[in-house]
Amino acid sequence: MMNRALYARRRMVNRIIAALSTGAAALGILVLALVLATLFAEGFAGLKLSTFTEMTPPPGNSGGLLNAIAGSLILTGAATLVGAPLGIFAGTYMAEYGRYSRLTPTIRFINDVLLSAPSIVIGLFVYEIMVVPMGHFSAWSGIVALAIIVIPITLRTTEDMLALVPSQLREAAVALGAPMWRVIWKVSYRAALGGMLTGVLLAVARISGETAPLLFTALNNQFWSTNFGAPMASLPATIFQFAMSPYPDWQRLAWAGALLITLAVLLLNVFARVLASRQRQR
Amino acid sequence: MFEGAVQTMSSAEAPVRMPEKVTVKGLNFFYGKAQALFDVSMPLYGRAVTAIIGPSGCGKSTLLRVLNRIYDLYPDQRAEGAVLLDGTNILDPRLDLNVLRSRIGMVFQKPTPFPMTIYDNIAFGVRLYERVSAADMDVRVETALRRAALWDEVKDKLRQSGLGLSGGQQQRLCIARTIAVNPEVILMDEPCSALDPISTARVEELIDELKSQYTIAIVTHNMQQAARVSSQTAFMFLGKLVEFGPTGMIFTSPSDSRTQDYITGRFG
Repeated sequence: MMNRALYARRRMVNRIIAALSTGAAALGILVLALVLATLFAEGFAGLKLSTFTEMTPPPGNSGGLLNAIAGSLILTGAATLVGAPLGIFAGTYMAEYGRYSRLTPTIRFINDVLLSAPSIVIGLFVYEIMVVPMGHFSAWSGIVALAIIVIPITLRTTEDMLALVPSQLREAAVALGAPMWRVIWKVSYRAALGGMLTGVLLAVARISGETAPLLFTALNNQFWSTNFGAPMASLPATIFQFAMSPYPDWQRLAWAGALLITLAVLLLNVFARVLASRQRQR
Repeated sequence: MFEGAVQTMSSAEAPVRMPEKVTVKGLNFFYGKAQALFDVSMPLYGRAVTAIIGPSGCGKSTLLRVLNRIYDLYPDQRAEGAVLLDGTNILDPRLDLNVLRSRIGMVFQKPTPFPMTIYDNIAFGVRLYERVSAADMDVRVETALRRAALWDEVKDKLRQSGLGLSGGQQQRLCIARTIAVNPEVILMDEPCSALDPISTARVEELIDELKSQYTIAIVTHNMQQAARVSSQTAFMFLGKLVEFGPTGMIFTSPSDSRTQDYITGRFG
């Protein structure tokens, strides 16, 4: 015989849990929507053509973010060029050459630590090993700091994606007499390409918004500079400086910069997802 | 049940003594500490098809995987004994494995097309050991696809991905890829287990045609298939070679009672 009281209690508990989960989800989306709405409202208000054509101004003058945008592109691009190959090669070692090596679990553990290391720690580390000996801030040290963030992300995705390549595929290529590097280059990489590219894009998205590691390394630059040995402007560092300032025109530029970064990251994420879903369909 | 199949075999079994292309001598094989093969000795006669039959887990595939040393990819697997290819021991650690594998091709249970075009699937293996002009490569690709009875189905889409083919077509692509590099021995590990009956018939016809040129070893669970395509049959059980002989004899008058029980379907 069904216990009616128990049944009623279960129904009640179910309703409460369902209401709590729905409420939490709605709250999460609401907060995100508010952040985006504020960002869009303030950002688009500050966004003008001059944002892309003029340098960061002194307080009270008109200007744009050209040097910061260029700096961000240079720092992000160079850090990806330095860090992504290292991460991809290390991930290749772990999934292919060293799959059964005792070294591989050790690298994986260290990499996971690096992956979750606070980026400010990485900034301080690079400050200590590069900025202090060189005696000044430089774009190079900023690139190194960002590259150190890129490595664990690309390493992890490369290893994971290569591990998903069926071993029969590798065996089939090996059985034709193909040397290992050829198997990796022509078969494994092709089979895992979409996922590996996604990893690189996610790494780019991650470092394009990083501020802490740049504060001690590339610092910032009020002026146009492509000198890698000198401080270089970047969007996150400019936003940090301008948003904290008491000047309304600087604050407006900070909003515009924040909007630009968000849109870029959004675009990269969408692109990465498209790539990943293409990979799954194949 | 096997009478029809065996009778059709009698022509394939002409008592010509073929030279031994591959000789397995006292082979023991280990997965880590677990021994999978026990003192296996048997020949593969040149330009003939040898079927390896036996219940699941008896070591048929393991034996095949020793013959091109594909097991070498996995550090905890090792073989003891000797496997002679034209008199040379291929278990010799100094052997160049890539060259060995270019001489001994392998077709796997599951079709394994590479993630590239149909054309490049074939050209991949050819490019490994030969410098071939574009025109010659076209000929090599066409010849291999024709021999694998796939040409007519793919000739208009050579630049499309090999992954878009059906399972049966993919398996024939893998066979084409294997014969394109002109190996001397072809190892087939249950090549038809993932195929429908029509594709299976095509692959069997192909095996029949290939045996005039290649030495073939085929692992199969399908005893009718073993009877149809092979001239020699090896029956394995629990990692040991129980019986080896002409296919007709194994299927009509096996000398071991375990062979008899297996081929009459009493176990396995």
